[in-house]
Amino acid sequence: MDWLELFISAGFWAAMLRIAAPLIFGTIGELVCERAGVLNLGIEGIMTMGAMTGWMWVFQGGSLWGGVMFAAFVGAMFGLLHAIFVVHLGLSQHVSGIGITLLASSLSYFVFRMILPDSTTPPKITPFQPINIPGLSDLPFFGEAFFSHTPLTYLALAIIPVAIYCIYRTPVGRAVRMAGENPVALEAQGIDVLHIRTGAVMVGSALMAIGGAYLTISAFDAFFFGMINGRGWICIALVIFASWKPGRALFGALLFAGLDAFQVRAQQLAGGAIPYQFFLMLPYLLSIGAMIVISKSMRYPKALLVPFRRGDRI
Amino acid sequence: MKRFGKLDRRHFVQLATVAAGAAVLPSAAFAGKIKVAGIYTQPIQQKWDARLHLACDAAAKAGKIDYKFSEKVANTDYVRVLREYAESGVQLIVGEAFGISKEARKVADDYPNVAFLMGDPFKPHGKNFAVFDNYIHEPCFLMGMIAGSMTKSNKIGMVGGYPIGEVNRLFHAFMNGALSVNPKVQFKVNFIGSWYDPPKAKEAAFAQVETGVDILYAERAGVVDAAREKGILAFGNVNDMNKEENGKDVVVTSALWHMESAINNAIDEVAAGKFKAANYKEWTMMAKGGATLAPYYEFDGKISADIKAKVAALQADIMAGKHTVEINDKQPKSTF
Repeated sequence: MDWLELFISAGFWAAMLRIAAPLIFGTIGELVCERAGVLNLGIEGIMTMGAMTGWMWVFQGGSLWGGVMFAAFVGAMFGLLHAIFVVHLGLSQHVSGIGITLLASSLSYFVFRMILPDSTTPPKITPFQPINIPGLSDLPFFGEAFFSHTPLTYLALAIIPVAIYCIYRTPVGRAVRMAGENPVALEAQGIDVLHIRTGAVMVGSALMAIGGAYLTISAFDAFFFGMINGRGWICIALVIFASWKPGRALFGALLFAGLDAFQVRAQQLAGGAIPYQFFLMLPYLLSIGAMIVISKSMRYPKALLVPFRRGDRI
Repeated sequence: MKRFGKLDRRHFVQLATVAAGAAVLPSAAFAGKIKVAGIYTQPIQQKWDARLHLACDAAAKAGKIDYKFSEKVANTDYVRVLREYAESGVQLIVGEAFGISKEARKVADDYPNVAFLMGDPFKPHGKNFAVFDNYIHEPCFLMGMIAGSMTKSNKIGMVGGYPIGEVNRLFHAFMNGALSVNPKVQFKVNFIGSWYDPPKAKEAAFAQVETGVDILYAERAGVVDAAREKGILAFGNVNDMNKEENGKDVVVTSALWHMESAINNAIDEVAAGKFKAANYKEWTMMAKGGATLAPYYEFDGKISADIKAKVAALQADIMAGKHTVEINDKQPKSTF
């Protein structure tokens, strides 16, 4: 059967990792924000900003890793802006988040056009290239599927254990979780909830921006308006899918990416009577289905969306 | 955009006086530059709108027109912007009415003195609403011939945005062109459901390459990059992808779309006061210079002389109106 053969092709697994990588950055970024009690709907805009700034850094002659760092820095600044509104001023997290998305995505194209006013095709850079790992990359099947990726793809995979360790095994991680569950208790410990939340939102936003930069300096080599194409919103859904756990976030991102890699291949099989739109829909459809199934065991951070005001009675 | 302030009575009298004076002046004083506005739904770096913008810009640089434009105008705002330009006294509006065909025609009815040249899949309307669409299927057929002669695996992959008429007819022409020189060729077809998502287009192209495809037709951005990474060849669409999308040694040639002749024709008609609500379809085709095949560049020596001669001969026939390339707007499907 043709459809099953797809799963044993190395290209399928390689595509899954490539598609998952930006989603992993975005999802972990959003997860860190939400674990601290702050919903960050600015993700779509922050990813766009990261895509633009990371690319622009390289285009202006900077190094690729410099581009990643710069994107992360700009992302953190937008995170700071969001944190000022929702953490320090206690404004609506939804409204501020949407505002950040609108501002950041428009501003990124505005800046792009200010620097490059030409009306020709968006210019290109030399992006991250797949690295050859001696020994591993030459393995049959596994070499092509898992060891033929760009450094940024490996970074995405490395982020997961780091996130798990930091969130569950370090004092800072515990403080972040407490800020999202019971900020009053955290305050009673003598830790500043506002600082913890601000820091978490900035770190999370930096990760989102790296996810955006992945698209322009690893997956592709140019920036254009609208190229995030809803990936940020998918990350929001993946956080819920993951029930706010980083390990499950990895699983969710890989599942979604795997379905996307599958639909591309299933779509092009000959003689199909199924319209191509159905295949495009497939990853979203199955993600929704999976979410319905796991929703019973879902545990969201208790103080999510609740602004913390020092001295307020609960 | 500049808006008109409220008109009170004193200003109205002043304006009326000026207007009356202007009417008396010999019209020659105003002849010369036609005022043209471009209204685009995408930024002008998007290649479809870029073709319109470049054509208008060239006319402006040649001193023929005064050109203003608004870009990234959403369909929901489009009618408002259309009316604002019509009110501001432009004589020709170039734009796209794909999502708002009816509404744009209403605006044209309200401003009978303004000429409209709009991208639109339907018929021209009234006396001042001309339509165009890109019909670059002829160079696509020629590209298909070259592709059919160059494929070794006899498998060609094609990645498009959405299966709409404008895209489908190019796919079919390309496929028919390839089959005309090599009946053994088979095709893989993917649509990515977006006009600009290069990472996604790249993934679709990679998936096609896995099935043995050794030539890609790059309807969308991202496909050329996949071809370069996999070391295979590609054919471009709308713009010269060999030069503009880093396609050296990858993009054999491209089907180019030129709006210059169409827009210049509209400008000349407006200048002569003879603008007609025509269908500009043929102005985007080869005979009138609306479509061409890009140069072969470094591939000049790699395409067989036989095919080059065949392509040149067919091109001459198309230009002379002796050969018609079939237009098929049905959704193309994979054949293997």
